[in-house]
Formats: sequence, structure tokens, C-alpha cells
Amino acid sequence: MVTCKDFLRELGEYLDETTDPATRSALEKHITECPNCWVVFDTCKKTIQVYKGMDPQPLPDPVHERLMKALERKAVTLGVKEDCSEAKA
Amino acid sequence: MIALGLEQNMAGPRIRNEADPVALEEAALVDQARGGDLAAFSELVRRYERRVYRTARHIVQNDEDAEDVLQEAMLKAFEHLDSFQGNSKFYTWLVRIAVNESLMKLRKRKSDRSVSLDESIETDEEPIVREIAVWDDNPEQRYSQTELREILDKAIDSLKPIFRTVFILRDVEELSTEETAEILGLSIAAVKSRLLRARLQLRERLTRTFKRKGDQILGYV
Ligand SMILES: [Zn+2]
Repeated sequence: MVTCKDFLRELGEYLDETTDPATRSALEKHITECPNCWVVFDTCKKTIQVYKGMDPQPLPDPVHERLMKALERKAVTLGVKEDCSEAKA
Repeated sequence: MIALGLEQNMAGPRIRNEADPVALEEAALVDQARGGDLAAFSELVRRYERRVYRTARHIVQNDEDAEDVLQEAMLKAFEHLDSFQGNSKFYTWLVRIAVNESLMKLRKRKSDRSVSLDESIETDEEPIVREIAVWDDNPEQRYSQTELREILDKAIDSLKPIFRTVFILRDVEELSTEETAEILGLSIAAVKSRLLRARLQLRERLTRTFKRKGDQILGYV
């Protein structure tokens, strides 16, 4: 017999579909009988989906440019290939 | 274009194996960059800078520190590419550096205990549920992209660092539980329990915005 407390404790695994089959069917049975737990499950699932659907925003141009500048400076101090070959040429 | 897809199923991150051309190409880029090829590394930067910046931004919660973290993480990655063994995905290795830099920033800024990712802090409490209300079918469609981003970011920002960091890695960046545990130096159990609490707290906050109008708020008795 699954209580609401049990359901909440297992909710993470249930959302990730990592529960064993026996637990899974017990939890499934609980949400068909318990409207509150069904709502919590459903809105939790939607919470995850709404975040997963958000693409990262493009980096502001100046941020990208400053990053590339910093990398170029780093490459110079590390004496990477490009600079070595130029020095030798 | 924003792909929200509440209707989509909740498949995990795409696993890349050896035969995947994208993975092979990436391994080649990493090799070239390891040999000091800045152009190859710049390509890796171009691929991941947005995600690294977003992760940092969520943890440190301001643009200036997020930019610092982005730069420091990319520079460290470039300098220490030798220590990347190729056992994990390049992105996992990179984001681990960025998360560490972000947490260091937070610690410098606050002497707040809540910044600590210690296992000992509140992991055994029961998860809390207060607001129980059905959402609209596609509540996100009531908002513009900008508004929606604001709502979602604000909700994440209201979480404590130990919860938002786990949530970002697992549910935003879609890393596995194992990868998240490794990056944060936590046990699998700690990641799972924090993730559940983070999800429930976000659900709680979003319910206030996304609930079906006119419905009564139910509650556990
Ligand atoms: Zn219940």
C-alpha cells in the first residue's frame, strides 16, 4: 500500500523512470486513485519539460569577443604552435 | 524559435558513442587543440560557450561574475587540455571546471553556509509540497519568449545554491546523475535527493504562475 508520503519519496525515480517494475506499478496505481499526487506528478513533469525546452541564449557579442581576446593572449603566453611557426619562419 | 514541447517525451540526453561522427569530430578537435591549435579550440569554445555561460550565470547570479567564470574556465581548459583523458565527454569535463569556478566565486562573495555543497546539509528532510493545482494545458504559450525566460530564471534563482546547481546540471544541461555526482563530488543518493527537492520547489513556484485560472488550490490533508 503506497501512501502519499511514499509516493513523494519515490517521485524523483518515478519521473526519471528508474524505479523497478513492481514499485512503478504500485506508484502508477497510487496516482490513478490519488488526485493530489497525480497533480504533483503532472506539474513536476511539466516543470522539467519546460526547462529542458529552453535553448541557451546566444552569448552577447562583447562577451564572446572578450573571451576570444583572452584566449589569444593565453595562447601567446603558452607559446602555442602558431606563434612558434611564425617565429621560425 | 523556442521549442518548449510540453508534449514531448522526457528522453534523456543523447548518448554519443564511438561511431557517432559528431563525437569523432570532437575528439579530433580536442586532439588538435591539445597540440596547441587555437583555431580547433575556438571551435570547441563556439560550441559550448553558451551552455557554460548559462550554467555559470545560474550559479553566480550576475552577468559580470558569469563572464569571469566563462573566461577562467575556457582558459583553464585550454591550458590543461592534457589532463582531459577522453574518458568522459569534453563538455562534462569543461562544465566541471566552470562549476568549480562558479562555486569559488560564490564562496568568495558570501560566507553563507548555504553555499556549501556538503553532504551533511539537509538531505534527509521530507520533500515539501504546499500548492497543488492543475496547470493550463500549455501555460507557457501565454507568455512571450522573454517573459517565459524571466519566469523560469527567476524561479531557479530563488533556489539555494545546493539545489539550483544540481537542477541545472541534471535538468537543464541534461547530464546524468553519475556525471552530476562526479562534478559536484556528491554521492548518487545526495544528487537524487537534492534534485527532487529542487524540482518540487520549482514546481511550487511555477504553479503560482501556470495554474489553471479559477481552479481551487488543493492541498494534502
Ligand atoms: Zn497521494
